[in-house]
Amino acid sequence: MIVNEKIAIDHGLKKDEYDKICELLKRTPNITELGIFSAMWNEHCSYKSSRLHLKKLPTKGKKVIQGPGENAGVIDIEDNDALVFKIESHNHPSFIEPYQGAATGVGGIMRDVFTMGARPIANLNSIHFGSPQHKKTKNLLRGVVHGIGGYGNCMGVPTIAGQTSFDSSYNGNILVNAMTLGLVKKDKIFYSKAAGLNKPVIYVGSKTGRDGIHGASMASASFDEKIEEKKPTVQVGDPFTEKLLLEACLELMAGDSIIAIQDMGAAGLTSSSIEMASKGNLGIEINLNKVPCREAKMSPYEIMLSESQERMLIVLENGKEEQAKKIFDKWNLDFAVIGKTTKSKKIELYFDEEKVADIPVNTLVENSPMYDRKWKKAKLPKKNKIKKEDTKHLKIIDVLKKILANPNVCSKEWIWQQYDHTVMGDTIQKPGGDAGVVKIHGTDKAVAASVDSSAVYCWSHPLTGGKQVVCESFRNLISVGAKPIAITNCLNFGSPENEENMGEFVECVQGIGEASEYLKFPVVSGNVSFYNQTKDEGIKPTPAIGGVGLIKNYKNMITMEFKEVDSLVLVIGKTEGHIDQSLFARNILDEKNGPPPEVNLFNEKNNGETLLKLIDNNLIKSAHDVSLGGIITAVAKMCIKGKKGINIKKPKYLINEIEYFFAEDQGRYIIEINKKDFKKVADILNKNAVHFDELGAIIENELYINDKTKVTIDELSTSNKSWLTKYMSK
Amino acid sequence: MKSAVITFPGSNCDRDMDVALKKFGFKNKMVWHADAELPKSDLVVLPGGFSYGDYLRCGSMASKSKIMQSVINFANSGGMVMGVCNGFQILVETGLVPGVLLRNKYLEFICKNIFVKINDKQNKYFKNINIEVLKFHIAHNEGNYFCTNDQLKEIEDNNQIAINYCDENGKIEDQFNPNGSIKNIAGIFNKEKNVLGMMPHPERMIDISLSGEDGSLFFKNLINNLK
Repeated sequence: MIVNEKIAIDHGLKKDEYDKICELLKRTPNITELGIFSAMWNEHCSYKSSRLHLKKLPTKGKKVIQGPGENAGVIDIEDNDALVFKIESHNHPSFIEPYQGAATGVGGIMRDVFTMGARPIANLNSIHFGSPQHKKTKNLLRGVVHGIGGYGNCMGVPTIAGQTSFDSSYNGNILVNAMTLGLVKKDKIFYSKAAGLNKPVIYVGSKTGRDGIHGASMASASFDEKIEEKKPTVQVGDPFTEKLLLEACLELMAGDSIIAIQDMGAAGLTSSSIEMASKGNLGIEINLNKVPCREAKMSPYEIMLSESQERMLIVLENGKEEQAKKIFDKWNLDFAVIGKTTKSKKIELYFDEEKVADIPVNTLVENSPMYDRKWKKAKLPKKNKIKKEDTKHLKIIDVLKKILANPNVCSKEWIWQQYDHTVMGDTIQKPGGDAGVVKIHGTDKAVAASVDSSAVYCWSHPLTGGKQVVCESFRNLISVGAKPIAITNCLNFGSPENEENMGEFVECVQGIGEASEYLKFPVVSGNVSFYNQTKDEGIKPTPAIGGVGLIKNYKNMITMEFKEVDSLVLVIGKTEGHIDQSLFARNILDEKNGPPPEVNLFNEKNNGETLLKLIDNNLIKSAHDVSLGGIITAVAKMCIKGKKGINIKKPKYLINEIEYFFAEDQGRYIIEINKKDFKKVADILNKNAVHFDELGAIIENELYINDKTKVTIDELSTSNKSWLTKYMSK
Repeated sequence: MKSAVITFPGSNCDRDMDVALKKFGFKNKMVWHADAELPKSDLVVLPGGFSYGDYLRCGSMASKSKIMQSVINFANSGGMVMGVCNGFQILVETGLVPGVLLRNKYLEFICKNIFVKINDKQNKYFKNINIEVLKFHIAHNEGNYFCTNDQLKEIEDNNQIAINYCDENGKIEDQFNPNGSIKNIAGIFNKEKNVLGMMPHPERMIDISLSGEDGSLFFKNLINNLK
């Protein structure tokens, strides 16, 4: 087949990109080469629209061992232990084929982590669906949950936390973001940088099939009505093989024969071989006849672009082949020497003794396109004035019950009960709390992780929204008693070719950067997913932040359920009464305009660090951050989980009850303390200039407001727990 | 006391079981599925996981692996063999314990704490345990125990039911049955009661900071009974 401009455009390349390829090669590429360029230069692999902006994120810190640019980020958690983690999107395939899309998303991110030598110890996910009323939502939700469970459960890695939301902007583009944390010894981290000449290049894992060809290109385009036809671009997962691959790789890594290792994820053999060569400033020569194939007569083009799962590429020390092969034989996995490193700085592919590709590595990587896309700055919307007559008829308890049953607030037990969250025997905080917590096996240390996003705030004002998500992650970690260390981000947006969407991206990234800089909460890994768009309709901007923190002694972990009758309950942080963009405004008043709550980074940091001090002094019995639904929703959840009641008294602020209870001002936590500790707690809070309110005392079974209105906790619990189960059983 | 935990390709609770056995005083050895001989053991455990990916049928391929002939011989000569979760599924495939394990009634994987009532204490697993109801933990997709009426009669006549799903007070009712098992069966013995298969994971309940501590009670009691 002779390559021409039309074929290039069918491969998702733009005309000028094709011209650039011809110019770089000083000739017309053949079809295999064109396939390789299209795979490397698509948005998903090249970050061509985002690179310019991602460079501005803070990525360094005392605890950062490896920032963005490797398979995953790595942080130091002392005693020669390090944590490897990353979040990644699998949005497009999950919409087309929810089970396999979600499953391979989980498989892919776990591979990224164990490629670096780390044993995965926890999985998390952030999943977003269209309106519950939309005809596709239920099946997509069921498929995604089954897929995540199917893969993670079989791998024997606990799924310890997550986030699920519903919004009509995801009707045509759901989001499936998967995050994995792994544990490694600091001196046994593996990287993808090839080194040395004539080193054997080894292929291990599953055989290569025809699945997933052009997966990365599919994930770099908007959807239209013919999207169902893209089903063959979705990869098929085999978690059993991945479990074997994990054990085999870790067994090989225990020795000293690996120079570099890279998993075959998006764009398969193409991107893995090129990345290793590029990082090592070397060339790689591959004989494609040596690649283990599942099907007969696969062409070089298909072999290079297949996204078959559960495969790894390794550069080995000379003479270690036999020893390595033995390990893979033991685990019944393919092992093939397919090529070697060369000094040519080119990717040279041979098939049937003919050279089928000959491309300088730098043309694919350094010379890949980078765009400074046009973007539009968002204006801060004007504040709404809530009229008294709009809220006069509302009864706080009725509103609270409605909010607790709201799809975005209700209990997600139906989902996380399908994930094995206790395997590995180290899970000390299960899903349903502020963050999941697992012990570092055999030590007193524990690691907390949470994944958060606030699409509504980001949509309303991207800069504030970007900051807010990082702060929320910070708060969730602090609420369980962990010191926040670093984040990974998954940036889900519409088309970068649309100025507004691009503006949302640029400003969210700016907000994320500002907050993570201020909070000393650097970004160590991440992923960008653009084109979450069907025709002209993009999703709400949804940056998801995966935060990781450390608890030095797991016995000091905090949980959110109220513990004891007679304890005092306080609110840390000032309530200003910000209602715009709150769950209350959007769902009860049906008011969708106005700015999101302001983020004050000084208060976030100060309030959070002061709470950590209180925790260190053993003064906190339970804690929970205030987010969707405001103070009363947070308190109600603590009551439900602890099966205790509370008598709440609204402090004598100027703001009214509705504003006090439902506002979503930032930087706030609810804490439970022993009555006798009140003075000590108040002293520490005052000394650190942290505002606090006394909310009331814990009682049995009922929630009272100002001594009068009341509701039983059972009733609140039913509101909170029944929506999702009912929805899924209909 | 010596124990052995078999690792099959796809086992994923083998380490957890190793940790639990050692915590309560067993000298445990990990044994690879392709080995022919069992080390000298007082207890052999088939752990949870997804042996051979649960392809074909859960436990089916593992039941034919090389080590299993030794395990079967060991069991038939009176040796203590315990299968947990996938281990239980492997046991039913070998025929060491009767019945089969079907897909959960609601077709979904379930991971949660449950209660089980001990049905029989005339055996080395539960003898002397001074509690009737245990808070255990399940995590499975195929734990729906089923057998024929004739088998059920035989199981009941021989008192082979080990534990039943129940509430915290030991009430055995349909609403406390998480997966649709016949008679709320969560674990059964062979006729001689040296082989126990059960769906719950006692090894995940061995520390107050985890899901609970009733697993500790179980293992402490078990090692004492074997002494």
